[in-house]
Amino acid sequence: MIRKVREHPTQNEPLLFESSSPGKLGYQLPELDVPAVDPRAVLGEINTRGDIEGFPEVSEVEAIRHFTRLSTWNYAIDLGLYPLGSCTMKYNPRVNEAVARVDGLAWAHPYQQESLSQGAMEVISALETALAEITGMDAVTLQPAAGAHGELTGILLVRALLASRGDARKKVLIPDSAHGTNPATAAMAGYLVVNAPSNERGTLDLAALTQLVDDDTAAVMITNPNTLGVFEEQITQIAALLHSKGALVYMDGANMNALMGVARPGDFGIDVMHLNLHKTFSTPHGGGGPGCGAVAVKAHLEPFLPTPRLQRKDRGWSWDYNRPQSIGRVRAFYGNFGVLVRALAYIMAHGGPGLRAVTMDAVANANYLRKLLEPYYDLAYRSPSMHECVFSDARQAKRGVRTGDIAKRLIDYGFHPYTVSFPLIVHGALMIEPTETESKQELDLFAEAMISIAQEAEENPDLVRSAPHSTRTARVDEVTAARKPIVRWTREAAKNN
Amino acid sequence: MLDTIGVASAEDLFAHLPAETRVRRPLAIAPGQSEYEIVGYFRARGAENASGYASFLGAGVYNHYRPVLVDTVISRGEFLTSYTPYQAEISQGTLMTIFEFQTMICQLTGMEVANASMYDGSTAVPEAAMMAMRITGRDHLAVSRAVHPEYREVLATYLQHQDTRVAEFEYDRETGGIDFASLERALHSNTAAVIVQSPNFFGLVEDVKRAAEMAHAVGALLVVVFTEAVSLGIIEPPRDADIVAGELQSFAIPPSYGGPFAGIIATREKYIRQIPGRLVGETKDVRGNRAFCLTLATREQHIRREKATSNICTNQALIALMATVFMTVYGRTGLRELAEQNLAKAHYLAGRLPLRFRGSFFNEFVARTNGRTPDEVNERLLENKIIGGLPLGRFYPELSDCMLFCATEMNRREHMDSVAGVFAAEEAYAR
Repeated sequence: MIRKVREHPTQNEPLLFESSSPGKLGYQLPELDVPAVDPRAVLGEINTRGDIEGFPEVSEVEAIRHFTRLSTWNYAIDLGLYPLGSCTMKYNPRVNEAVARVDGLAWAHPYQQESLSQGAMEVISALETALAEITGMDAVTLQPAAGAHGELTGILLVRALLASRGDARKKVLIPDSAHGTNPATAAMAGYLVVNAPSNERGTLDLAALTQLVDDDTAAVMITNPNTLGVFEEQITQIAALLHSKGALVYMDGANMNALMGVARPGDFGIDVMHLNLHKTFSTPHGGGGPGCGAVAVKAHLEPFLPTPRLQRKDRGWSWDYNRPQSIGRVRAFYGNFGVLVRALAYIMAHGGPGLRAVTMDAVANANYLRKLLEPYYDLAYRSPSMHECVFSDARQAKRGVRTGDIAKRLIDYGFHPYTVSFPLIVHGALMIEPTETESKQELDLFAEAMISIAQEAEENPDLVRSAPHSTRTARVDEVTAARKPIVRWTREAAKNN
Repeated sequence: MLDTIGVASAEDLFAHLPAETRVRRPLAIAPGQSEYEIVGYFRARGAENASGYASFLGAGVYNHYRPVLVDTVISRGEFLTSYTPYQAEISQGTLMTIFEFQTMICQLTGMEVANASMYDGSTAVPEAAMMAMRITGRDHLAVSRAVHPEYREVLATYLQHQDTRVAEFEYDRETGGIDFASLERALHSNTAAVIVQSPNFFGLVEDVKRAAEMAHAVGALLVVVFTEAVSLGIIEPPRDADIVAGELQSFAIPPSYGGPFAGIIATREKYIRQIPGRLVGETKDVRGNRAFCLTLATREQHIRREKATSNICTNQALIALMATVFMTVYGRTGLRELAEQNLAKAHYLAGRLPLRFRGSFFNEFVARTNGRTPDEVNERLLENKIIGGLPLGRFYPELSDCMLFCATEMNRREHMDSVAGVFAAEEAYAR
């Protein structure tokens, strides 16, 4: 039985370009208080553009209806559980949105005098301090714009430290369960990627790793808890191994939601890590960004952090650009400041004890779902789960139903799918992360849906294989989209249709 | 729930963590505060920043009016709190707005393909450079010194381990535009790309056509950077470019002390498989209805891992939506009218100040201070509740007596007259 949703109509809506009519306006500018100038006279004929062919022409009400209608075609956290593993889709508190719009913060220009930017600098400093405390690290940079950007920053830091010792080294070891950004990042920093295998517990195989680590190893990039939701119990031995060979330990902190107030990477041997403020610290994902990939380091990496760094002087905060060992800037200005405001608001709302409670609840919710679903789906690994649990579709695949099918059928039950077919080391993976912000009622509804789908896979596999059935858009032909890419609207193509 | 799991308390779920990994003390972060207190804290921080000042700062971050509709749309939970649209069936709203965004960026820049966004303009530049190096198989770059200095710093950071050689070429000391003799000397049979900005960091419109001819003559690509997107409402787009890398902050994205903004990369159809980041494509669902989905994912890190075109994953979707709503509200006539207003305001102010360069400019220009330093001029302006221009000595030692002014539709005539008055008074004092 489908309890969470029933069908309701959504409105059709064409592309803006198709609903435009010449002369329609949605704006009004004030009267100019200075003389108008002739663009051709001041820019030159050749530099002055004609009409912007195809640009929208709609009224204000048409514009708002357009975007509102489109919004109703989306699923969102505001509609319910969003159990994407390793994405930490938690509720986004609205006070964060309100404070990011405070005039003095939202309208602060990055080049306005430092004496007129003290409030913004104080916010940055307060967040750096809080994140250092949460991670057990010594210094934090907030300049990177997203997780992958933080990874690049972190690996450049590793390389800079090693190079300062006269030995940049060539290889970065990456577990086979890692997120795809890890190897892509190591390659961008000029490193050779070497795959490190997992063991039967789903954690990094220490014996195999020992064979791989040599004098040419710069670092290992480890995720802890890893993408299976399993805590790397040998993390201190792994760190000791790397350190004994003069290499560093990078931690992908995508899963920090499992550790706050419980375990600190700085205490278990990590040299450098990134945090996704758009995951653990509740800043909204916005359909794919913006984020912030804060990077936290131990003291020996601090001299290499991106320039500029905040410094406190008698007259208040200032930016220090005199950082001779710095890797340089990774982004213009100081980072995604508006995201930082939201993350600090989240930390303030919870406080130290509250953040620990977040982690407790997140792990309890994941283990609750694991327990409810275990009789119906094959657990990929029996190791204890932290904030997420990973099943495989082995049982359903016997009936021709794959993880992607189960995911699509979940949509009919009113839920966003879990993460599909990742991590790659689990064949047919279902990766489920409920986060702490879900109630027992919502978790029970989700489990009920998953159990019902398991039964459907047995009794009526075609129903699952052809899902979703209730959405305004059915399964999408992604193959044709990639074979003959249409990535913009043109008047000519529209005429031919 | 704990009974179902089979533990006495949530603490037990952490019992398997080795003792040496556990933190044995509470986090030193003050207990949670109420919404009321949090709002109070951030209002107080906001009040410590500039408030109630007129500003003439630009230099990559512009002061433009933000139509109310922008925040109305992006505040809808369905846009604000959704994930990257991997599940196309329940993400058509986000997907269609990104498709519209890509289309509008093409219309604006004269290119044929645009991606779903980059982090910002500064990171779009190294991504465009690496794209050009992949396309040409070459590893030299020729970069104009009139590209935003912080963008060039980011480029250097990204490329420090890529065996790339970056040759910077000069701007003409009279016009402020490309010094073509210097560009000629920077070119090489191994040059992958020539990178210029237009309007450049000094606000001047570059001769993109000539730069393209020179780049193409040695088999290099031309990358054109922009930081002031409103300029494209009136200035001929860089149709001769091979790659356009830009920043959309001007399109209703608040300055927010430097971010979050949204960058773009646009290019020719033939280079589509080398573009970094996400792309949305049009297709059909199994019932034959129009549908949109993320496409050409084989370029991306989650499929190709270390062989991907970039490591970018999360980008700036919600910020790109701000720009999309902005472009929709202003539309075909509005963007031009807005650009004309900017042009008029900047030329009004420029007509009252001593100009350093004689090239054509859009809404920014370099003024020379006579006698007083730019910092001293700015001190005087602050007394009038005006934030003046950016002193350029920090980035260009040879321009230490110069400052970069920007005037937009937000700047009123009386403030511009005040700036002119302070300049005149300082000059008289210095004499």
